[in-house]
Amino acid sequence: MAEVLVLVDHVDGTVRKTTAELLTAAARLGEPSAVFVGTGFETAKDALAQYGAAKVYRVEDPAVTDHLVAPTAEVLAQLVGQASPAAVLLPSSAEGKEIAARLAIKTESGLVTDATDVQPGEGGGVKTVQSVFAGSYTVTTSVTKGSPIVTVKPNSIPVQEAAGAAADESVTVALSDLATAAKIVDRKEKAASGRPQLTEAAIVVSGGRGTGGDFGPVEQFADSLGAAVGASRAAVDAGWYPHSSQVGQTGVQVSPQLYVAAGISGAIQHRAGMQTSKTIVAVNKDPEAPIFELVDFGVVGDLFQVLPQATTEVQARKG
Amino acid sequence: MNIVVCVKYVPDAQSDRSFKADNTTDREAVDGLLSELDEYAVEAALALNEAGDGGEVTVLTMGPEDAADAIKKGLQMGADKGVHVLDDAIAGSDAVASSLVLAEAIKKLGEIDLVITGLASTDAAMSVVPAMLAERLGLPQVTFASELTVEGGTARIRRDGDTASETIEASLPAVVSVTDQINEPRYPSFKGIMAAKKKPVETWGLGDLGVDASQVGLDAAWTKVESVEQRPPRSKGEVVTDEGEGGKALAEFLASRKFV
Ligand SMILES: Cc1cc2nc3c(=O)[nH]c(=O)nc-3n(C[C@H](O)[C@H](O)[C@H](O)COP(=O)(O)OP(=O)(O)OC[C@H]3O[C@@H](n4cnc5c(N)ncnc54)[C@H](O)[C@@H]3O)c2cc1C
Ligand SMILES: Nc1ncnc2c1ncn2[C@@H]1O[C@H](COP(=O)(O)O)[C@@H](O)[C@H]1O
Repeated sequence: MAEVLVLVDHVDGTVRKTTAELLTAAARLGEPSAVFVGTGFETAKDALAQYGAAKVYRVEDPAVTDHLVAPTAEVLAQLVGQASPAAVLLPSSAEGKEIAARLAIKTESGLVTDATDVQPGEGGGVKTVQSVFAGSYTVTTSVTKGSPIVTVKPNSIPVQEAAGAAADESVTVALSDLATAAKIVDRKEKAASGRPQLTEAAIVVSGGRGTGGDFGPVEQFADSLGAAVGASRAAVDAGWYPHSSQVGQTGVQVSPQLYVAAGISGAIQHRAGMQTSKTIVAVNKDPEAPIFELVDFGVVGDLFQVLPQATTEVQARKG
Repeated sequence: MNIVVCVKYVPDAQSDRSFKADNTTDREAVDGLLSELDEYAVEAALALNEAGDGGEVTVLTMGPEDAADAIKKGLQMGADKGVHVLDDAIAGSDAVASSLVLAEAIKKLGEIDLVITGLASTDAAMSVVPAMLAERLGLPQVTFASELTVEGGTARIRRDGDTASETIEASLPAVVSVTDQINEPRYPSFKGIMAAKKKPVETWGLGDLGVDASQVGLDAAWTKVESVEQRPPRSKGEVVTDEGEGGKALAEFLASRKFV
């Protein structure tokens, strides 16, 4: 069976949920091989085995990790040359997409980004599903050229465990000068919020201009549900919440089981980042707010009344 | 510095966007405009040259006849000249082909210090063209800049990711993409609008770039759209008005869906 390469998304070996999703998708297309770049392999190994990685290509060269996307693209191009994989799957993060873009050109392979599903193509290759124009259309695309390269949106593929050997294959890479031409000179880790990662959370509670800058009720409601906290651009532009929490076209795109919008009007650019959520709930003072067109359940009311009451009620039910 | 800004003409996101029979984006049915996210790229280029030693800002677009509007807007904002790559064979091109055409156009422009692009086009929204341009031009790539400075032949950007904020450096020439956090794009002034009318705009075909028609367009695409389906509009669920029990109703709903 042909190999399918999966680029592992991890922080110092702690593997993110997207990787399990990609390995699950990879098993549909062939034999999953994980590509692990960076430090922490020992930590990652078990998780990779648990989701079916038969092999793990391990790249520990600091020249790769200190230099953004170009070296990783070179590593993957080298592996594509060696293994002729049936497909290469990457997470649909900013970096994942850029690595994929460079890899597509290098290996002359077809590229699909932001896929919400991946299946084997009927006549070979890979078939993907994407959601476009702020979620208003579903597009099915087949990729037949080269080793199809697909970036997959987090939270799109239901994870399945499958025992894999995770056989360790250390890879030595010969990087071009160009690969190291852009260098990360400083890195400030964000303080952990203690809440789930926005893109992988099952529940996201977001606040907008309607919070007036007080995210307390939003955070407390989120915590009662074990949710991640997001924000609209209006709230981010006002400096109330960090840009990394912005949901929408120019922020992160989320696709959780449940999305709660509080004090958010529902502009098209905001929708672009949350419209594929399974269940949508809104709390807004204005009954005419466009967000109500999307909701499964809505409350017309003041978020400073509704959210604290809902929080108390959720906590009481959880006991 | 000599800066090329890639600007795309896109269907207005506020209108009902749709597809044509061949599954390509319908670019005629709705009004188009300069992709809002590319205004940040134009502004970044103008600001760099205003703060530095000057130089020329060229706005480059690949697109249909109407895409000239995107160039016009860039010139009105203050760019010095425009290049429009226009060729019937280009219609339906994917990102791979678009990046080829744009890369060849940039090479033809000669000595340049920086290529600046937007974060993503507001229609395709792939955010892959900048990385592809860097790959094809053999230039370092510093992307998703929320700050950009150039000093002594080095571009330095700040990039805010979900787990860290990074400072990245690259020597010029380089490809930079900028986010909507980087600046506040200016509105064209009356003077700018008048001046734009006299600024040079060149129109190039594929022949001028040495690109063969077989390398671009729908048939050359490395991916094939099999079907496009309009998603049924989300059916509007229950909306209650809070009269003191709204929060409880909300919790009740969440419990009924097993979220609690
Ligand atoms: C190029 C571009 C990119 C963009 N990208 C994004 C993006 O990625 N993400 C994004 O979110 N936006 C984005 N926007 C901005 C978008 O167009 C909207 O301006 C923004 O989403 C509005 O945020 P909001 O809903 O919080 O604010 P508003 O539109 O001002 O809505 C606030 C809402 O709060 C309600 N409200 C007020 N007080 C209360 C209260 N006490 N209780 C309950 N409800 C209350 C009001 O009724 C109103 O509906 C982008 C815009 C552009 C031009
Ligand atoms: N046809 C085009 N003409 C000019 N610039 C483009 C074109 N397509 C993409 N770009 C540039 O590439 C950026 C990213 O586009 P995309 O990869 O399509 O999301 C845009 O913000 C533009 O700066």
